[in-house]
Amino acid sequence: MGKTFSEKILSLRAGKGVEAGEVVTVSPDYILSHDNAAAIIQEFHKIGLKNVKSPQKIVIILDHVVPASTEKYALNHKIIRDFVSSQKLPNFFDINCGICHQVFSEKGFALPGKLILGSDSHTPSYGAFGAFAAGIGRSEVAALWATDEIWLRVPESIKIELEGKLPPGVYAKDVILKIIGEQGADRANYRAVEFAGEAAKDFSLASRLTMANMSAEMGAKNGYFTPHEETLDYLKERKRDDFQIITSDLDARFEDIIRVDVSSLEPQVACPHTVDNVKAVTEVGGVKFHQALIGTCTNGRLEDLKIAAKILKGQKIHPRVRVLIIPASQETYLLSLREGIIEVLSEAGCVVLNPGCGPCLGAHQGILAPGEVAISTANRNFRGRMGSRDSEIYLASPATVAASSIKGEITDPRKFL
Amino acid sequence: MKKGRVWKYGDNINTDVIFPGKYTYSILEPKEMARHALEDLDPDFAQKARPGDVIVAGKNFGCGSSREQAATCLKYAGVQAVVAKSFARIFFRNAINQGLPVLQSAEAVENIQDGEEVEVDFARGEIKGEKGTFKFPPFPDSVLGILEAGGLIPYMKKKLGKKEE
Repeated sequence: MGKTFSEKILSLRAGKGVEAGEVVTVSPDYILSHDNAAAIIQEFHKIGLKNVKSPQKIVIILDHVVPASTEKYALNHKIIRDFVSSQKLPNFFDINCGICHQVFSEKGFALPGKLILGSDSHTPSYGAFGAFAAGIGRSEVAALWATDEIWLRVPESIKIELEGKLPPGVYAKDVILKIIGEQGADRANYRAVEFAGEAAKDFSLASRLTMANMSAEMGAKNGYFTPHEETLDYLKERKRDDFQIITSDLDARFEDIIRVDVSSLEPQVACPHTVDNVKAVTEVGGVKFHQALIGTCTNGRLEDLKIAAKILKGQKIHPRVRVLIIPASQETYLLSLREGIIEVLSEAGCVVLNPGCGPCLGAHQGILAPGEVAISTANRNFRGRMGSRDSEIYLASPATVAASSIKGEITDPRKFL
Repeated sequence: MKKGRVWKYGDNINTDVIFPGKYTYSILEPKEMARHALEDLDPDFAQKARPGDVIVAGKNFGCGSSREQAATCLKYAGVQAVVAKSFARIFFRNAINQGLPVLQSAEAVENIQDGEEVEVDFARGEIKGEKGTFKFPPFPDSVLGILEAGGLIPYMKKKLGKKEE
């Protein structure tokens, strides 16, 4: 019997053949954290060690509240900068870089066959590159800084076979929302999700990042795509290290295989207050909102902003709504500037903010008041996430959010293509 | 063996309603975290919870963000254990690493009502409610060690034999 990707990589790292269900002790290649590094530093000091074990493995990217909006946030950032300097951590990215998952990818840490752990629940994003990447908590990151070791359960794997060809106006975001809506928010809890099939092969790296990112919303421990040519081209000038592509064996045992034909898919919308409350855009058309957000680690890449600009070119956003644009990284921002995307979006009446997480987790830059409704390209719509507990969040693709911004109500983007 | 009041909730209780994101980087003290526990789910909870209380919930408890404060705030609000049909994996790890026992028992969840008083016996792996006694699988030694030390960090401190500086 062959092994899945997850069984293979964890066998390699454990130095012995293991199968789903076993627990291994492993050492990751990279350990990611962001603004929560301040709390991790506090925990690390409690352990009583002077120095971290492997400074070169630690990657810290400030993104959650950048620049600092209050004295408390400013102090957190200062604690992190001081620690980075005293521990001589080589991989620190300050407030001018962007969202950790995008920056981590652009800077060549996300590589095929690498084992990556991060104190952020969307760490599975790097499965888009064929890495094993999972989220962990703060205490565990502090313990990893100290010992460079962690226990992991080898996950069972679910394969999602994507078949057919996406119709115009329908994107990877719609596919993953549809899957989460049908399978439920806990379908992949403790499990790995491998995306495969003809349609998956066609998906761009940006689209793969969207899907691997949102595998976390099915509860997945990690997501996975077999790296394709575009991925390898992307890494040529960026990779930090040599890497080895690891794939599932042809006779690997999957707990389940889910087949999804994307050919007749409509644009999808996740409705308040759970990500698995998904409906076709045609069912929720006309819902009025106050604020739109195009950005986040799910959909703030160049591909996403391009689609938004294509729809908003020469248009004005509805006078009743506010539209926020947040490029996922400084690189994305610069490329969007050069391509004229930022100009188009600004002329349409959008507010363009600096790269970072923005209001996605309700910390700053566009908090919702009681009774307000938002439509966002993010990955979560839990009650109160973007501000008041009496606000509501709808999730959709950049195309749907852009089209909706013109009408001031949830709108089918296919009418604008 | 401790007695406590049950706070019963449904499926997919996510970390945003357990501990809102707006506080995640501004509140660093556990006792202050406790004052916001379950704020967006049950605004009464933080004020009324007493030491020894037990949260009983449906499936996928703690889904969403990796924020460990979701476990910390419950522990410092006095919660002695969370009993659920299932837990989201990061929350499960975080809870143990914070020294908060997480018990999986669908039978207990189905038979225990909001507001009733239950007794949890960790040594025997039992929860005693008004309708009966329900078993949960006992923790392996490695997990017990972390829980008994009060969480992963105190456990590591003990293990690495260093004193706090």
